[in-house]
Amino acid sequence: MRYADGRMIAEQLAGKRIAITGSTGFVGTALVERLLRSAPGCSLVLLVRPSKRHDATERVRREIFKNNCFDRLKGELAAAGVETFEEMVARRVVAIGGDVSTDGLGLTDAERPLFAGCDIIIHSAAAVSFDSPLDSAVEINLLGPVRIAEACHAMNITPHLVGVSTCYVAGNRRGHAPEALVSEGHWDIGLNWRKEVAASRRLRGDIEAKSRTTEQLTFFRSEARKELGAAGGPALASKTENLRESWVKAQLVEAGRSRAASVGWPDAYAYTKALGEQALTEVKGNLPVNIVRPSIIESALAEPFPGWIRGFRMAEPVILSYARGLLSEFPGVPEGIVDVIPVDIVVAAIITVAATGPSAPYITQVASGSTNPLRYKSMVDDIRAWFTEHPLYDSEGQPIVVPEWKFPARGRVKEQLARAKSVAAKTERVLQALPLRGKQASWAASLEEKKNDIDRAYEYVQLYGLYTECEAVYSVEKLLTVWDTLDATDQAAFNFDPRSVDWTKYISGIHLPSIVHHSRAKVTPGKSKIDRTARLRKSVLSPDRHVAAFDLENTLISSNVVESYSWLATRRLNTPERIRYVLRTLAEAPTLQKVDRKDRSDFLRFFYRRYEDAPVSQIEEDSQELLSNLILAKSFPAGLRRVREHRALGHKTILITGALDFAVEGLRPLFDEIVAAKLSVRPDGTYSGNMAVVPPTGETRAEILADYCSSENLRLEDSIAYADSTSDLPMLEAVGFPVAVNPETRLAAIARKRGWLVEHWDKASGAPKMFLPLGPMMAERERKRVFR
Amino acid sequence: MPRPGFVLEVDRSTPSILFWRGENFSLEKLPAGRSRVIYPPEPLDAIKDIDGAIRHALLNPIDQDPLPALLFPGMKLTIAFDDVSLPLPKMERPDNRQRVIEAVLDLVAEAGVDDVHLIAALGLHRRMHEYELRHALGDRIYDAFHSRGMLYQHDAEDHDNLAVIGTTDHGEVLEINKRAAESDLVIYVNINSVSMDGGWKSITTGLASYRCLSFHHNPETLENTRSLMGHRHHSALHTSVWRLGKVLKDHGPKIFQIETTLNTDMFPKPFEFINKREWEWTAKDRATFLGTTKALNRTPIKLARKIFHGMEGPHQMTSVQAGETEAVHKLTLEHVYKQQLVEVQGQTDILTMGIPFVSPYNPDGVMNPVLVMCMGLGYLFNMYRNKPLVREGGVIIMTHPTYRDFNPVHHPSYIDFFEQVLTDTTSPAEMSRKWEKQYAEDEWYKHLYRTGNAYHGVHPFYAWYWGAHGLQHAGKVIIVGGDAPTVRRLGFTPASTMDDAFEIASDVVGRNATITHLHVPALLVADVQ
Repeated sequence: MRYADGRMIAEQLAGKRIAITGSTGFVGTALVERLLRSAPGCSLVLLVRPSKRHDATERVRREIFKNNCFDRLKGELAAAGVETFEEMVARRVVAIGGDVSTDGLGLTDAERPLFAGCDIIIHSAAAVSFDSPLDSAVEINLLGPVRIAEACHAMNITPHLVGVSTCYVAGNRRGHAPEALVSEGHWDIGLNWRKEVAASRRLRGDIEAKSRTTEQLTFFRSEARKELGAAGGPALASKTENLRESWVKAQLVEAGRSRAASVGWPDAYAYTKALGEQALTEVKGNLPVNIVRPSIIESALAEPFPGWIRGFRMAEPVILSYARGLLSEFPGVPEGIVDVIPVDIVVAAIITVAATGPSAPYITQVASGSTNPLRYKSMVDDIRAWFTEHPLYDSEGQPIVVPEWKFPARGRVKEQLARAKSVAAKTERVLQALPLRGKQASWAASLEEKKNDIDRAYEYVQLYGLYTECEAVYSVEKLLTVWDTLDATDQAAFNFDPRSVDWTKYISGIHLPSIVHHSRAKVTPGKSKIDRTARLRKSVLSPDRHVAAFDLENTLISSNVVESYSWLATRRLNTPERIRYVLRTLAEAPTLQKVDRKDRSDFLRFFYRRYEDAPVSQIEEDSQELLSNLILAKSFPAGLRRVREHRALGHKTILITGALDFAVEGLRPLFDEIVAAKLSVRPDGTYSGNMAVVPPTGETRAEILADYCSSENLRLEDSIAYADSTSDLPMLEAVGFPVAVNPETRLAAIARKRGWLVEHWDKASGAPKMFLPLGPMMAERERKRVFR
Repeated sequence: MPRPGFVLEVDRSTPSILFWRGENFSLEKLPAGRSRVIYPPEPLDAIKDIDGAIRHALLNPIDQDPLPALLFPGMKLTIAFDDVSLPLPKMERPDNRQRVIEAVLDLVAEAGVDDVHLIAALGLHRRMHEYELRHALGDRIYDAFHSRGMLYQHDAEDHDNLAVIGTTDHGEVLEINKRAAESDLVIYVNINSVSMDGGWKSITTGLASYRCLSFHHNPETLENTRSLMGHRHHSALHTSVWRLGKVLKDHGPKIFQIETTLNTDMFPKPFEFINKREWEWTAKDRATFLGTTKALNRTPIKLARKIFHGMEGPHQMTSVQAGETEAVHKLTLEHVYKQQLVEVQGQTDILTMGIPFVSPYNPDGVMNPVLVMCMGLGYLFNMYRNKPLVREGGVIIMTHPTYRDFNPVHHPSYIDFFEQVLTDTTSPAEMSRKWEKQYAEDEWYKHLYRTGNAYHGVHPFYAWYWGAHGLQHAGKVIIVGGDAPTVRRLGFTPASTMDDAFEIASDVVGRNATITHLHVPALLVADVQ
C-alpha cells in the first residue's frame, strides 16, 4: 500500500516510538522481533512488570531476547557487520517497569516521560489462560485497556492505541461474526462493565472470607495432614496456607467460568476480553484506537522461521496428550471449523494497523474460518497420520500407537473421564491408607500420576471442548480490504492473508514437528541412555557436596526404638519373664501406635520412660551386643555402603535419629556427628526415664542440620538428606539434594512429583531370621541385675 | 577295619552319584566310559581312651620336655586355640579343644600357675559368639575364665597388643599377639581337619597382625601355592609361613604345640547316606535321601540353613600329639593323609564337585557367592597332592544354588566386595592393586571386626585369593543350578543341568573329555600320579 505520502509500512514506522505491553508473551515477542527486523527505523518502549527477582530490563534480556525468535535477526546483523544485536537493542529498545493491572500503570516519575513520548501503543498484555481466576482476568483483560487509555488522558497525550483482543469475544454464537463491537450487535444483553468489575472484586473478598472460616481452615489442615503426615508444625502450616490459596483460586476460576457461561461466553477469557473492548470504546475519548482480533494463534507459518512458537498454548497440550496415548477421545464436530491462525500473520496484521493509523478499520479480525477453513476432521486426520508415521516413544522405548478419533459428543467424553477420575481417586485413597513402603509405595505413587493425567484430560475437555465445537464464523472482510490496499512489496514483507495457509502442509510440515521438538517428548526408540536415577545418584555422590544427613529407622536399618528396647529389656530375662514381657507389650501395642500417629516426639518421650531405673553400666554393656545382634542384622547394607561412600568423598556424615544415644553408639564410626535422644542419669547410676536431650523430630531436624552446616561453614544447598517418611519432610526440603529411601506412599508421591532421587534399600537376604526382637538368653549366673 | 578310598570307573550299571547343592543334594548321572568317581577312605577308628591319649601326649611330648616340666609358679602362660572355622560341621560335645585344654589346665593347676590367658586364634576371622566359645571350650572353662577377662579373642588390629618378633631373610615381619609374645610358654591347641593347617601356620596366622598376614595372603603367593594340601615345598604360602616359623622359633616365646586329628565321620543320623557309596545304599538310605531332598525342597531356605548349621558331626579324635612344632606336625600329617589320601592315576579334563552349605568361613551363616568360589576353587580344587586333579586348561563344574545371600553380621565387607569389587574385576592381581587397601583400612569394617562378629574388611579378598591358583589353572568354571546373574558376576558360566554343563564344557575340552568327580565331603586328598 502506498500511504498518502507514498511511504510503505516500514517507512511509515520509521522514526516512530512504539510502546508495547505483553512483550514477554507469545504475540508480544513475535511483535518485538518483527518490528526490530522489518521496521528498522522504529524504536520500542517495552512495558514489563518487574518480577520478584528481576526488574524490567533484566526480564526483557532474559525472557525476550534470549528466545530463539531472535536467532534470525542476530544472524542477519552478524552477516551485515554494521552493529551487533546487543548494540542495536541498546540503541532502539528501552524497558520500563509497568503493570496494566495497577492504576496509572505503575510507572515511576522517571519512566513516565518515556511512555508519554510514544507515538503508538500496542497493547497485547492479557491473561490468556482460559482458566484464570475471575478477578485477575477482570483486572487484566477488562481493566487493562481502560487503564492505558486513562493513563494517556492523565498525561494529556494522544498516541495511536492498537488493542489486541480475540475473535472469541463473539461468544457462543453460531454463524457469521462481524468485525464490530459485540455491545453494538443484535444479541447484546446490555451488560454494564463497571458493575461486573465491582462484582468480581466483591466476590474475591467473599471467597477469601469464606476460606478463612473455622470449618474451611480445619478442612485444609486435615487435608494437609493427609498429604504430609506427621511432618511437623511449620511444614503443615505452609501446606495448609497453600491449600487455602489454591482453594480460593479454584473457586474464582469456577466463578469466572460460570459467570461467563451465564452471560453467553465460553469462558472468563472471552467474557473479560469482550467487556474490555466495550470499556475501552467507552473511555477512549479523543484517543485514536484500533482493535485487532486474532482467533486461536498457533506456531509461525514463515516468520521469523516456520514453526516458531513460544510456550505451550491451547492445542499443544491436547495434541501431545493424544500422541502420548493419554487422551483417546476429544469432543468435537467433524465438519466443525477450528479457527487457527499462525502467529506471524497476526503480527503482520497488527503492524499494518499500527502503521496505517486511526484510518484503519476500528476492528479487524485475523481468522481463517471464513476464507480458508480448517475442518476439525481433516485436522484430526492430519495429526493422526503424522503421529502414526512419527510416533512418540514411551519410557520403555516402545512406540505409542495413537488411537482412532471417534468424534464423540462432549457429554460422553466428560462422563467417561469423570468415571475414570472417581475410580482413580478412590484407588488412591485406599492405597494411601495402606502401610506401603518402598517399591509398592512407588507403584502407588505412579497410580497417582495416572490420576493426574486423567485430571488433566478432564480439564482440557472442560476448557477447550467449546472451541472445537464452536460454530461461529469470523468475518475478515475488513482485514482483506486492508490487504488489498498493500502493494506487492508490503504484501511480501508483511503477509497477513489467511488464504495463504495450506493447512495440511502447515500441520504436518510445520506445526507438529515444532511442538514435538518443543515438548522434548521421546522421538527415538530404545531405552533412554541416561537413566534418571543414575544421573541423580551421580549428582548426590559428587565431590562438590558437603554434608550427608541420615535418618536411621527404615532408612539405614529396618528396626525401631521399640525393638531395641525389647532386645535390651529381655536380655536378662528368663523364659517365663520373656513370655510375660511379650504379652504385655502386645497388649500395649494399640495405645503406643495411637500416640505415635499423633505426635512422634510425644511417643518417644512416653516410651523412653520405660528405661526408668535401668542401670547405666548394664545398658552400656548390653548395647555393644545390640549392634551385632539387632542393628547389623537388620541393616540395609546398601545404605551403610552409601554412608561410607559419602565419607570417602570427603563429605561430612551426620545421623539424626529419635533413638537413644546408647542404642546407636555402635554406628559411631560411620558418622562425623550423631544427634540422638539422651536420658538423664541419676546419681546412683540408673536412668531416670526423663529426657536429658529430647529426640529430634520434624522441623527440629532441619534446624539441627542447618545449624551444623553453618557452624562447620558448609552449604545446606550442597547437602544431602536421606529419610523414609514425610515426618522428615522439613529436613528433606531444607537440603539441595533430598533422597527418599524406601518411602511410604505419601513420601513416594512427593518424591515423584518433585523429581527426587528414590532409593530402595533392603536387608541382606542372608540375615539371620528373628521372630521377635528379643535378646539372646543369658546363662543363669550372668543375669545378675534385671530391670523391667 | 575301614576300607581305603578308591576310584570308581563309571560304567552303564553305575547308579547316579550324589552331589551337594548347598542346603540340598542331587543325584547326577555321569557319562559311562569316561567318568570316574573318587571316594574317600571310610572313617578311621577313633582312639579308645581319648583323655588317656591326651594325657599321654602331654606327658610324653615329641622333641620337647613333658609339659609339667615347662610349668612353674609365677610364669606367664598363654593357651591359644583354633577358632570356629574348625572342624566342619562343628563336632558333638566335648570338642577336642575342650578335652585338650581341660587336661592342660589340670597340669597347670597342679603346677600352681595362675597367670593363664586363653586366646581364640582367629587371625582375621570373625570373633566367636558366646555360644560358640562355650561349645568349643565347655561351660566350665568359659565361666571360669571369661568373667575374669582371661578368655578373649585375638585382635589383629589392636596395635597396642601386638608385638614384632623379628623379620625373615625375605623381609617378612613376624608380628603377633603381644600377650603370647611375652609369655613364658605358649600352648597352641589345634584341630587338624586338613593337611594345610597346623605346624607353624597355627601361630603365624592365628595370632598374627594384618600386616604380618599380608606377606603371604596375597595373589602372587597364592597363585604360586601349587599344592596347598600336599608337599610343603610346592606351596609358596607354606614356604613363607615356615620362614616366619623359623623367626618364631629363634626369637619368640617357647612353644608347646598340640595337634589333634579327626576321622571323617562328619554327618549325624539322618544324613549318614552322604558318607556311603551310592551302589551300597540300602532301601532305607534311598528312602531317607528321597525324603530329605523332597522335604528340603519345600523348606524355606532360612529354616533349611538353620537345620544344616545346627548339625553336629560325630567326628572322633584319631590322634593327638604334642611337643616341638615341626616334629608334631610331621606326625599329624601322617594321620591326616592316612584318613584322606586316595591314589589317583592321571589328571582329568573335567573336574566335578558338589559345594556344600558350609565352608571354613561361614560357620553358622550363609554360604555367600564369594565363599562358593572360595570353597570350590580355593578348597576343593586344592584337595590334591603332586598335581591338580584337573589338567591345566580343563573345566571345573560345581553344583550350588549360588543365591545372592549374605550374612550382614558376619560378612559386611563381603556384601560390598560383591557389589563394588566384583562388578569391577574378578582378577586377584587387579583387585589387590585397586581395592584391597581401601577395604583393609576401612574404619567401619575394623570396628565391626573388633567389636562385632564380622570378618576383617580384607577377608573377602583373601577368600578370593585362596582360589587364585584354581582360577588361573582352569580353562572354564561352570556352576550348575546357580542364580545366573550371580554366577556371571563371579566370572563363571551358569548351567541349569549337569548335561548342559557337559555341553558347555565340550567347547573347551572336546566331546570325549574325561570326567572326575570328587566325592566330598567327607574329606579326601587325591594323590595324583
